[in-house]
Amino acid sequence: MSPVWSITKKELVSYFTSPIAYIVIAIFSLLSGFFFYSLVWWFNTQALQMSQNPYYFQQININQMVFAPLFHNLSIILLLMLPVVSMRLFSEEKKMGTEELLLTSPVSVIQIILGKYLAALIVLLAMLGLSAIPTILTFIYGNPEPVPYLLGYLGLFLLGAAFLGLGIFWSALTENQIVSAVLTFGSLLLFWVLSWAAYSARGLWQDVLNYLSFFEHFDGLTKGVLDTSDLVYYLSFAFFGLFLTHSVIQFRRWR
Amino acid sequence: MIETQQLTKKYGDLVAIQDLSFRVEEGRIWGLLGPNAAGKTTTMRILTGYLPATAGRASVAGYDVFEQSEAVKQSIGYLPETVPLYPEMTVESYLGFVAEIKRVPASRKKAAIDRAVQIAGLQPVRKRLIRNISRGFKQRTGIAQALIHNPRVVILDEPTIGLDPAQIKEIRDLIKSFKGEHTVMLSSHILAEVKEVCDGVVIINEGRLMASGSLEELARSYSQNDGVYLKLDRVDGEILGLFRQQLPGLKAAAVEGTEIRLEWPWGQDLRTQILRSCLERNLEIKEMRSLAMNIEELYLRIVSGGMKQ
Repeated sequence: MSPVWSITKKELVSYFTSPIAYIVIAIFSLLSGFFFYSLVWWFNTQALQMSQNPYYFQQININQMVFAPLFHNLSIILLLMLPVVSMRLFSEEKKMGTEELLLTSPVSVIQIILGKYLAALIVLLAMLGLSAIPTILTFIYGNPEPVPYLLGYLGLFLLGAAFLGLGIFWSALTENQIVSAVLTFGSLLLFWVLSWAAYSARGLWQDVLNYLSFFEHFDGLTKGVLDTSDLVYYLSFAFFGLFLTHSVIQFRRWR
Repeated sequence: MIETQQLTKKYGDLVAIQDLSFRVEEGRIWGLLGPNAAGKTTTMRILTGYLPATAGRASVAGYDVFEQSEAVKQSIGYLPETVPLYPEMTVESYLGFVAEIKRVPASRKKAAIDRAVQIAGLQPVRKRLIRNISRGFKQRTGIAQALIHNPRVVILDEPTIGLDPAQIKEIRDLIKSFKGEHTVMLSSHILAEVKEVCDGVVIINEGRLMASGSLEELARSYSQNDGVYLKLDRVDGEILGLFRQQLPGLKAAAVEGTEIRLEWPWGQDLRTQILRSCLERNLEIKEMRSLAMNIEELYLRIVSGGMKQ
C-alpha cells in the first residue's frame, strides 16, 4: 500500500474518531441548508411576483438567483471552517511527538504532506457532498443549468483546496492548534480583503491585487465560465502552500 | 553495526555534540549515558535520520546515515523519548499503520503485528484504544512499533522513563531478550539499568565523548587493580603480613579504618584464597565488597572528567 494512502487513512481515522470532522460537516451542512432554503424561498417569492409580467418572468434564472449567491455564501463559510480542518494536521503530530515517528520512517516528507492534504481534501469533499444533497432537488422540481452548477461546486472545491494548502503550512509552523487555526483564518481573510483594496488601487497594483484575491477567481466559475487562469490560480496557490510546508519541515530539521 | 566518526551537531552557536566517535558491534546492547543536555537525544536523532549532522559521518547497519537515509530508516526501529502514539487508534490499528509506513509488505503485515504484539506482551490490550491503556502498556506499544519491521538496529531513548518499578523490570527484561537478535542502543539516566541490561556504554558529557567500552573495560581503565574491602571481627597487627604471605598475587594490602583493603592485578581473583586464610586463622568475615568502582562511581568520575589511574 502506498505510504501516502496509509497516512491519509490514519488522518481520516483521526478526523472521524474526534468530534472535529462531524462538527465541521454538520455545521457546514446546516448553514448551507439554511442559505439554500432562504434563497429558494426568496426565489419563489420573486418568481411569483415576476410571473405577473411576462418580460420579467423571462429574466428569472435559478442559477443566478439561487446558486450564485449560495456559492458565495458557502465560500465564506469555507473560509471560516476550513482552518479548523487544517489546524491539527502537523500541529498535533508535533505536540504528540509523533512527527518523530513519521520522519524516521522510510517515508518522504512529500509523501507525508500529500497524505495529510489528501485526507483534508476528503473531509472537504464530504462537506461539499452533503451540502449538495438538497440542491439536487432543484433538478427534480426545476430546470437549472447543470454546467454553472457543477462549475460552482468545482470552484468551491478548488477554493477549499487552496484554503487547506495555506492551512497545512501554518499547522507545520506551530504545535498549537488554536494558533494554527487563527493564523490560517487571518491570512485567508487578508487574501479576501485584497479585492477591496483593489477598488482603491490603480493601474498595475489593481491588477495584481485583483489577481491575488480568492474571490475574483471564484466569480467566473459561479457564472459558468471556466477560465484556465482561475484553475491555475487555485492549483498554484494550493501547490505553493504545500511547497512552503515542505520547506518549513525541512528547514526546521536542517537549521 | 552502529558507527560514528567525528560526529558534530550545532544549533546555531550552541554545540550539541562535538567530534563524537564510537562503535557498537552487531547483536550487542549498548547504553548511551550522560547527564541532562549531554547530547544523547541529539545523537539518537542523527542516527535515526531525524536530524542532519553539522559535520562527521555516521553509519547504521552498513548504510551511511546521510547518503542512504531511506535504507537506514528501513533498518532502524526507534522509540523516541516521547512515545509516538495516536491515542485515538487501537493498539492493533496503530501497529498496522506503523507497519505500512515502515514498508512491511501487505502479505506480511498481519504476521508482523502478531509478532510485535507477542514480543511486547500486548495481547491483553491489542484491541483497546491507546488512550485507555496504562503507561506501561503505552511504553510497550512504543517498543512494539520499533520492532514491527524486524529491524536490525533498535534505538531506544529513555525506554523506562516514567514507569513504576514492576513496569521497569518488565521493559528491561524485554530489552534483554533482544540480545543477539537486534543491535540495541538505549539511552538512560538509570545506571543500574545500564549495568543490568547493557554490554557496554558510550558516556558523553556536554556533547563530547568521555568514555566508550564494556563496563569491565571501563572499570579497568579507571582503576589499576581489582580487589576487595574486607571487614573482619578483629584486626591485629599480623593479619596483613599473613595475607601477603598466603596470597602471592597480592599487590597491595592496607588497613583503612575498620576495613582492610586488598588489591591484586586485573584478571586474577583471590577471593577464595582470602576466605580460606580467614578460616584458617578463625577470623570471622563481616563484609567483603568489591574494590572496583561501582557504576555510579565510575560514571561520576568519567562525567566529571576524572583522570584515569
